[in-house]
Formats: sequence, structure tokens, C-alpha cells
Amino acid sequence: MTKAKVRKIVTVVEETHKEMGKTISPPTRRAAAIAVIENPFAGRYQEDLEDLMAIGEELGDVLGRRCVEALGIEPRQAESYGKAAMVGENGELEHAAAILHPRLGKPLRAAVEKGAALVPSSKKMGSMGQPLDIPLGHKDAAYVRSHFDGMEVRINDAPRANEIMVAISVTDSGRPLPRVGGLKAEEAKGEDGLR
Amino acid sequence: MPEVKIRKSVITIDEIFHEGGPVASVPLRRGAVCTVIENPFAGRYVEEIVGFMDDLKPLGLKMAQDLIVALGGDPTVVEGYGKGAIVGEAGELEHAALWHAPGGYSMRELIPNSKAIVSSTKKVGGPGTRLDIPVTHTNASYVRSHFDAIEVGINDAPRKNEMLVALVMTTGPRIHNRAGGLKAREIKGEDGLR
Repeated sequence: MTKAKVRKIVTVVEETHKEMGKTISPPTRRAAAIAVIENPFAGRYQEDLEDLMAIGEELGDVLGRRCVEALGIEPRQAESYGKAAMVGENGELEHAAAILHPRLGKPLRAAVEKGAALVPSSKKMGSMGQPLDIPLGHKDAAYVRSHFDGMEVRINDAPRANEIMVAISVTDSGRPLPRVGGLKAEEAKGEDGLR
Repeated sequence: MPEVKIRKSVITIDEIFHEGGPVASVPLRRGAVCTVIENPFAGRYVEEIVGFMDDLKPLGLKMAQDLIVALGGDPTVVEGYGKGAIVGEAGELEHAALWHAPGGYSMRELIPNSKAIVSSTKKVGGPGTRLDIPVTHTNASYVRSHFDAIEVGINDAPRKNEMLVALVMTTGPRIHNRAGGLKAREIKGEDGLR
């Protein structure tokens, strides 16, 4: 840990074995890694958000790799991803944007190999214990319909007023019982990030 | 007795570096494993339920083992533990009590020097209900530095015909523990208390 002042990291792995009585084999799995960091700009207006962009770059690597490790897969086996941030009350929404958008994507894509598609994202202001829903989409072809999903995460003691929660989710599968048609994962070309 | 039907499982690992004080040289890790199973007694009163404890034993052992693996695989790093259950709305609180033996003894079987009773809690609740699972030292319940709690919950569980069963483990004391009392290095480890 260099740039970000990290208080804690939470890693979650979720496996679904059954849904509506149907057996899911192999189980669908999704992971999330969430860092709770100090907000260097809490309580004041800061015009230049470069420090947060650097933190985003660092956490894209750290959290992306943690998700892949937690799933116990090779990077190329990752199928979908997403990112989100929740800023404690002394910060501003723009702080989440500075972490998520400029530089977090590149190291995350390295951690999951390829990643032609946009990384879906969400952001909010919030307080300790609030849920944060991380949107999920196929990593190489955003239109793959079976992989549109979301993963809820929360940490009972974060974010404190001067903190930011930064979350990345990676899966090795789509929804448990996809049956609403659309582009299938095996049909995707994965060249333009869309189809 | 009915087989154990698992819908999903969630493993969470917290790695805590500090909480406003000095950064720990070795981060504290706190782990939780939650498994969502069908409640075989949902929707009616069943008098004889105790046999389901035996059915849950293999699940308890697997959950304890999975959590130890998620904490790095070495059971000797575990210093605190606890267990809990949330019963969906078509069940009763007594069903949560079925987790006592299979949950507790599975951890004590795998974790060396675990003479202390496994602290626990239970409730009836709907999907997304949170449960604060108490944590105490594995070998001496009065070790003050290791009193802790881990909040667990899953947004889509337990559904009304389900139960969520949980085990939690910690690898050390609270990150900035300084409230005195019995210390881990002072315990005799004979009676599970001191």
C-alpha cells in the first residue's frame, strides 16, 4: 500500500448452488473486494483531484487481483466485472468519480485479462453500513445479456465521514438461470467491447 | 431426516490494518461463512427436530474447513470464534438452535486448543436481515482483548422457507485492544474460561 491510506479490505465470495429449486452446476460465483480508505480531501474543496486518480489506479490493481485470487481462477476465466464507490459525508460525489473513472480500469483489465467492455459503475454518498450495489456486465462484450447483474456489498463500520469505500466485483459466471434471450457469451466476438 | 439443501454460500474476509491508531504489523483478519439452506420444518409445527442436527454436521465441518482455507489454511491462526443463524419467516426460532452442535463442534474439531464455548446468537428475519455474531477467544472465554462481533447478512436470504447458518473466526484481538482484563498470554486453558 503506497498512495491510498487503507484502513481495511473486505473480500467476499458468493456461490449460488440452487435457485427456485433448480440446481446450478457448477455454481455461479462472484467476488467483491472492497477497500476502506482515508479521503485525503474530506472537509474541504479541492480543485485538482490528481491524488484520487492515482489512488484509483492503485486500487484497480490491488482489488482486481484480490477478486481473481478469491475466486481461485486464472485471469482469463473472469467473465464479468464492475466497480463502485461510496463517499463518506465529509467528501463529495466527485471524489468517487476521480477514483473510478480516469485510471482504475486499466489495471483492473490487466487483472482479468482483456476486458474490452466498459466497466459498469455506480457511485453514491453514504454512511456506515449502507449497501452499495456494484453493477456487473460482461468484461468483453457489454451486450451479453446473461451477465447483466449486480452485487450488493456493505460494511457495518464504513465509510466513516472521512473515508471512501472503493469496491470492485469480478465473476466467473453470469446469472444463475439466464433465460431472457439476447446475445450469448459464446456468441460474443469481444472485439469492440459491445458484441 | 431430510437432506441438507444448499442454495448459496458466502465467504467474507475482513483484513483490518488500523482503526485510527497505529498500523498493525500483521493485519487482523476476520472471516465469516454463511450458508443458505432449505428449512425442512418451514410452515408447520414439527415436534421432533433434533435429528436434523446430525444432518447438519457434514455441512458444519465443510463450512469450518472452507473458512479456515479462506483465512490461509492454517487452523492454528484462529484465535476467536462464534456462530449464528437466521431463520426465515415460515420457520421458528427453535430451528436456529439446531445449529448449536453442528456449528460449534465442527470448529472445535478443526481448531486446536478450543476449549471455550462457541458464543452464538440467533433470530427470525427476512431477506437482508443482519445478524451480529458475538466472538470470543477460542480457548478461554474471559480473554477481554478477543471479545468482538462480526455482522453478517445476505441481501436475498433467508427466504421464508430457508435458514441462514453462519460461522465466524478471527485471527487475533481487536485491532487497538486496550481495555485491560485477562490477556491471551495469561490463560491457563483448562476450563475454557480463563
